Amino acid sequence: MSKTKKLFIGILVLVMLSPLGILLPYFFKAGSAWGEWGPDELKEMIGYVPKGLERLSSFWNPIFPDYNLKNWSEKGLFYEILGYVITGLLGVTIVIGITYLIILVDRKTKNR
Amino acid sequence: MHIPDGYLGPQTYGSMFAVMVPLWAKAYSSMKKKVKEETIPLIAIGSAFSFVIMMFNIPIPGGTTGHAVGSVLLSILFGPWTALILTSIVLIIQALIFGDGGITAIGANCFNMAFAMPFVGYYIYRLIRGKSPISSKRSLIGAGVGAYIGLNVAALLTALELGFQPIIAKDSQGLPLYCPYPLKVTIPAMMIEHLLLFGIIEAVVTVLVLYYLVKTGILKEESYHE
Repeated sequence: MSKTKKLFIGILVLVMLSPLGILLPYFFKAGSAWGEWGPDELKEMIGYVPKGLERLSSFWNPIFPDYNLKNWSEKGLFYEILGYVITGLLGVTIVIGITYLIILVDRKTKNR
Repeated sequence: MHIPDGYLGPQTYGSMFAVMVPLWAKAYSSMKKKVKEETIPLIAIGSAFSFVIMMFNIPIPGGTTGHAVGSVLLSILFGPWTALILTSIVLIIQALIFGDGGITAIGANCFNMAFAMPFVGYYIYRLIRGKSPISSKRSLIGAGVGAYIGLNVAALLTALELGFQPIIAKDSQGLPLYCPYPLKVTIPAMMIEHLLLFGIIEAVVTVLVLYYLVKTGILKEESYHE
């Protein structure tokens, strides 16, 4: 097996294992990363939502918030795990695609 | 460490973009000169690794979570400028598609995790490794120390950017407009968890992957950018 293929399979294995990244925090009752709370969480913590933060926080709607398919995180842990793996695969694909694209564009400008 | 939208005011996130634009340009032209045909697939796998390793949230029981970033590893393998581009790609995709880190905060997040972290980590690595080969003990120790300090520098920068907000932006009632926590809260909160746990995880991940690449012969005597 070529080196590249071996490493690529390693990435796929990591994606399959990635739900550990939601299961471990779940079992150890850990919340968001520090400073990454949504406006609702922040309101519970300090009693108000800073005005500028409220305005800016809603200006972007990502397609797969929190590495999950829309509403899947509310359908229970199984769907959350499945959604995490699916969006993980998607993310890996996009990241690899963009990296290639940037280097290939790079090649063209070099050869010109 | 991914600052969301709303935590930084326009002065801060605007300045961070302004700082990043020339760095992105320099990194792009530097990568253009260095990349060899045969390393392109490995570089793509490198950015995929950074993406997937950030999905492994590590809990502090009853507290917050954090994760490794991988940008010091990328700088050791491909050089710090290429690491800047690869980590930026990952951070931008995370912000646009997964809402991990804000759109307005892309400049700041890239400065912390794609610029400061791999550069600090890389030069500490080079300092410790000296003239020893990449497979040497000094190289592995250097990778661990570089990763640990690199992640902590990124955490400190994040804490500073967040903690300055209540000083520079208040509403008419004197309440903070953006991140509500001052420096005396953000610095200890960010630094304790990164110094005690997440920095060690970053170091272990970096050393293990480098060791694996050297052991299996995937990585030869020199890294890909030398």
